[in-house]
Amino acid sequence: MIQSNTISKELDVYAIRKQFPALNRQVKGQPLVYFDNAATTQKPQVVIDALVDYYTNYNANVHRGIHTLAEEATAAFEASRDAARQFINAASREEVIFTRGTTEGINLVAYTWGRKNIKAGDEIIITEMEHHSNIVPWQLLCEEKGALLKMIPQQDGVLLLDEYKKLLSSKTKLVSVVHVSNALGTVNPVEEIIKLAHQAGAKVLIDGAQSTVHLDIDVQAMDCDFFAFSSHKVYGPTGIGVLYGKRELLEAMPPFQGGGEMIKEVTLEKTTYADLPYKFEAGTPNIGDAVVLKTALEYVSKTGKEKIRKHETELLNYATEQLVQLPGLRIIGAAATKVSVASFFIDKVHPQDIGILLDNRGIAVRTGHHCAQPLMHCFGIPGTIRASFAMYNTKEEVDQLILGLQKALKLLL
Amino acid sequence: MSDHKTIQEIENEIVEEFALFDSWDDKYEYIIDMGKKLPALEEKHKLDENKVRGCQSTVWLVSEYKDGLIYFKADSDAIIVKGLISMLIRVLTGHTPDEIINANLEFIQKIGMTTHLAQTRANGLLAMVKQMKNYALAFKIKNSMPHGERSAETKSN
Repeated sequence: MIQSNTISKELDVYAIRKQFPALNRQVKGQPLVYFDNAATTQKPQVVIDALVDYYTNYNANVHRGIHTLAEEATAAFEASRDAARQFINAASREEVIFTRGTTEGINLVAYTWGRKNIKAGDEIIITEMEHHSNIVPWQLLCEEKGALLKMIPQQDGVLLLDEYKKLLSSKTKLVSVVHVSNALGTVNPVEEIIKLAHQAGAKVLIDGAQSTVHLDIDVQAMDCDFFAFSSHKVYGPTGIGVLYGKRELLEAMPPFQGGGEMIKEVTLEKTTYADLPYKFEAGTPNIGDAVVLKTALEYVSKTGKEKIRKHETELLNYATEQLVQLPGLRIIGAAATKVSVASFFIDKVHPQDIGILLDNRGIAVRTGHHCAQPLMHCFGIPGTIRASFAMYNTKEEVDQLILGLQKALKLLL
Repeated sequence: MSDHKTIQEIENEIVEEFALFDSWDDKYEYIIDMGKKLPALEEKHKLDENKVRGCQSTVWLVSEYKDGLIYFKADSDAIIVKGLISMLIRVLTGHTPDEIINANLEFIQKIGMTTHLAQTRANGLLAMVKQMKNYALAFKIKNSMPHGERSAETKSN
């Protein structure tokens, strides 16, 4: 059925839209225009079906029991790990740890690698455009250890690499950087950031929450030490994500949580831990959602990341051209390389007012600080209006957004 | 004028006004209009301690107690929120602490605001109501204190 899409160079967006049932619904009496994809994407029917199939046909606990259902569930769970490995090109499946999402992945590294390796006087470098989930875990760690947290400054949504070079020293133990800014869409030069960090002897974590759905991810070519992403931003279910770590680092790290699954042998005196990746997967995992992550990743690959990217870039350019014509509108973030996010502010108008009036027309955008308060502070604004695009969005929807903004401004100004 | 009317009567007035509108576009236009008409709060009142917690936008709320009645003034950096709070002020200002504490404010629901607003924003509206009732409660407690205690408190301030 979809062979024509995979052969053609263009994305057949209208055929794709039919595969996402949520896009058919009405909001406030109008067809939904969903532009909050950086928060979470809608799910294609194949993902919804796969979830129903799991609970209908082979729900069982994994890695235990020798009965058929347990074997089927385990096979599907591990096949999903393989799919995730392939999606980010990790060297081995042992380096792919299932988490609840990006936030848990970052916290896992802070709690285990961080507590073992960070000492008083050490320094951790993040950037001014981090999501709170790549700030707070390091603040907690630095507070506990007496270490110092430093930020690479940015200007107009572009990281200042010269300032970064000045921050790096033998005290730097970790650099943790967002690949794509959720608030601005900036694609950061992670390869160069990683290279410089390694030259200074520091490890690097890349927050891939926003990048994994848009960019081709190759953790080996990138040479990052850790990489975290969430399934729900890649058209998959919520509550599941992946942490990649280089094998030698993961092996040397103490476990995260204790419990079942992560042990080899337990006596009251001493517990030996399971091999990778299970050492970091205590307790019954989120099996159903983990299994379905494979379906989502395969859906994206089959549709074609390059085609999706081309379509989304066209939408972003089209939207940007239209937006800047509105009076008093400023695009926030002027990076040359951006993906899929138009973040803007309109003079004399609070983003929240725009959000409410757009919702009244069935248009879903995000307004506020996007969990990146330090960044908003730099721009001196309370927040932005963010329209973020996915493979299923259309130019007609962008036109709806512009019309909605024009009407809102007429009321508000 | 409004001091002659009960809270319930003012609530009914607002419900009747909203009944005239067919669409939410028109309702929002009316709310925005009310927001624009609410006098700006003097800068000296725009303090952290006067901010209402639980709102996505910034809301400042101050109250004054005069001759047994409470008077509210408020402001916000977002205009729809300002319109909403202007309705709350219209309903509650110039009433006694007891009247304010006991007001059920069903008009918010009757005009459809609670179902129409996204949950986070409806919570902001409820936070404003709670803050206004807290002020009323504080004035009531202060008022019911024995004289000796009240003067002691004044001194300690």
